[in-house]
Amino acid sequence: MANKLIKQMGLPNSIANIFTARNIITAKDALSLTEFELMEQLDVGMAEVKSAMAHISEVVCPPCQTALLLMEQRVRDERSAGHLPTRLRGLDEALCGGLPFGVVTELVGPAGIGKTQFCLKLSLLASLPANCGGLDGRVIYIDVESKFSSRRLIQIGIENFPEIFLKKGMAQEMAGRIVILRPTSLSEFTESLHHVQVSLLQKQVKLLIIDSMAALVLGEHDCGASRQQVLGWHVSFIKSLAEFSRIPIVVTNQVRSQTGDEPLTFSFQARSHSIKKEDRASYDSHLVAALGINWAHAVTIRLVLEARSGQRFIKLAKSPISPPLAFPFNITSSGLVLLDDDGIEMKGSEINTIHCQGQKALFNSEW
Amino acid sequence: MLPISASKRGKLLAAGYTSLHSISRASASQLATDIEVSQDEACEILKYASQTSALDPSIGNSNTSNLYGGQTAWTMLNEEKFSTRITTSCVDLDNILGGGITCKEVTELGGVPGIGKTQIGIQLAVNVQIPLEYGGLGGKAIYIDTEGSFMVERVLQIAEACIEDMSEYSNHFHNNVQDCEVKMHPNSILENIFYFRVCSYTEQIALVNYLDKFIEEHKDVKMIIIDSVTFHFRQDFEDMALRTRLLNEMALKLMKLARKFCLAVVLLNQVTTKYIEGSYQLTLALGDSWSHSCTNRIILF
Repeated sequence: MANKLIKQMGLPNSIANIFTARNIITAKDALSLTEFELMEQLDVGMAEVKSAMAHISEVVCPPCQTALLLMEQRVRDERSAGHLPTRLRGLDEALCGGLPFGVVTELVGPAGIGKTQFCLKLSLLASLPANCGGLDGRVIYIDVESKFSSRRLIQIGIENFPEIFLKKGMAQEMAGRIVILRPTSLSEFTESLHHVQVSLLQKQVKLLIIDSMAALVLGEHDCGASRQQVLGWHVSFIKSLAEFSRIPIVVTNQVRSQTGDEPLTFSFQARSHSIKKEDRASYDSHLVAALGINWAHAVTIRLVLEARSGQRFIKLAKSPISPPLAFPFNITSSGLVLLDDDGIEMKGSEINTIHCQGQKALFNSEW
Repeated sequence: MLPISASKRGKLLAAGYTSLHSISRASASQLATDIEVSQDEACEILKYASQTSALDPSIGNSNTSNLYGGQTAWTMLNEEKFSTRITTSCVDLDNILGGGITCKEVTELGGVPGIGKTQIGIQLAVNVQIPLEYGGLGGKAIYIDTEGSFMVERVLQIAEACIEDMSEYSNHFHNNVQDCEVKMHPNSILENIFYFRVCSYTEQIALVNYLDKFIEEHKDVKMIIIDSVTFHFRQDFEDMALRTRLLNEMALKLMKLARKFCLAVVLLNQVTTKYIEGSYQLTLALGDSWSHSCTNRIILF
């Protein structure tokens, strides 16, 4: 849309020629200048600039829909507006069906908490045939830290869906639908993203998992500001990929310890800090999600996995359709299992904090 | 500053017309011969000159009681007192805002991710449609989505809750059962929300330009929500000076829209970190010059 040529927009020839003469070829070039600047550059009056810009804007601007139309589309075309059920009843209910299509879902948590386990289970669920609740499609798994284990994948499959996986050749077919990419640097990752974009259109890819996003960036730069700029393009690209191909994209993120004692606050909050310090009686390590606040804004759904008092929780920290709930879970041979489907409602900023208490408990998993 | 092309301005200066006063004293034919333009163009320049000088008090205009485009403070006070505000469905927030979101003004809402900005945006898009009998504006809403976080299922939930609230309200105040029937259906609420999905800053600017024409055709739009105004201006923008100019122009256009069509503009903003007074603190995104662009600023934390 932004790269539409001005000469193809149906403007009167006189003004269209002036645009071309001054090297303003695409709509983006014209809209990146203020009206005053255009008046100077094109040497025409304000009225003409205004009418030309009004015409260009009308051509470039996105189409208008109503919310009712969107709703009807959802109802009619489950394929474009559906969900990937996670088979965790409480989570699926909170998310109105599962991980929604067309948006980026983020899993963030400390090491060893179960993010990769969750991703393995999701990739399996996406590859299953529709009559078992799957998406019957291929999965692209971008494995940056080399954590993908096919043996574990098959084990999860056998534990959860014995009737399919013990059938001859089915395990091979299901596992054959999952493609694993292993980029070793950010530039390789960027290249793989371009390839992914092409295969999304050609093949029946129903899910993209990036495990993990943080590992790619943290290895490249050490300065905080440039890290965020580096990801700027990737963020928009991944989001637009999700939306145009209507698939869920799951991204995992790491945690890092907080610099300083207090979390980031607004300047007017500084005065009430003396009150807050007394509340912090716990001695948990202060962890925050890596990749910064810009990334946190860009993802649509954020699931925080943490461990507190030896119990693991999966929390819905950011979601446009769910209340802030936390579900206790365990990792068993069949993957992630929720202990309580109703969830505990978290108040205030508790939903965003990440705890990593009880390290020993994390390594006592049964599988 | 006359809104004419640079070459004409150059010709005026070369012919000796250095101030607006000198231009307005000349006649059209004199101007036409002096700067070698057609009679029509000279008339147009004279028209611009007289419009501009009407706003400038130093050009000795005698009767200044009704300056072009001005209003007295008294008329404005009456207007403000009786204008209907759009409720946010949160009593405390409404109290801070003096009753709710005001029309003819640009309100900015900012906060950390996950705090509820999109939720308030959707709530306002529904609340602007509350009919006049229930204290609302009975208008339509435009929702400009730059991040893809507009989930229709959630809008439906909020619409249904709003209708329930309205029937409870009428239950309290009307004894006649017939009067209690709220004649609104959630689908009609969804129908009155115009949705635009914007995928780049170019589209965002184009859309703000186009809104003038769109609202001329849909005069009952009373609320424009942009969620969020920051997203496309944060990714990938190398030239910060250009970004500031474009944002300023966009803000001016939005303010003009708010005043011209008497509607409310709500902008949702993100946060960023800034190094103030020796430590990193949170602040609303888009920089310092943007912070002057809005009439009201609400930070959710």
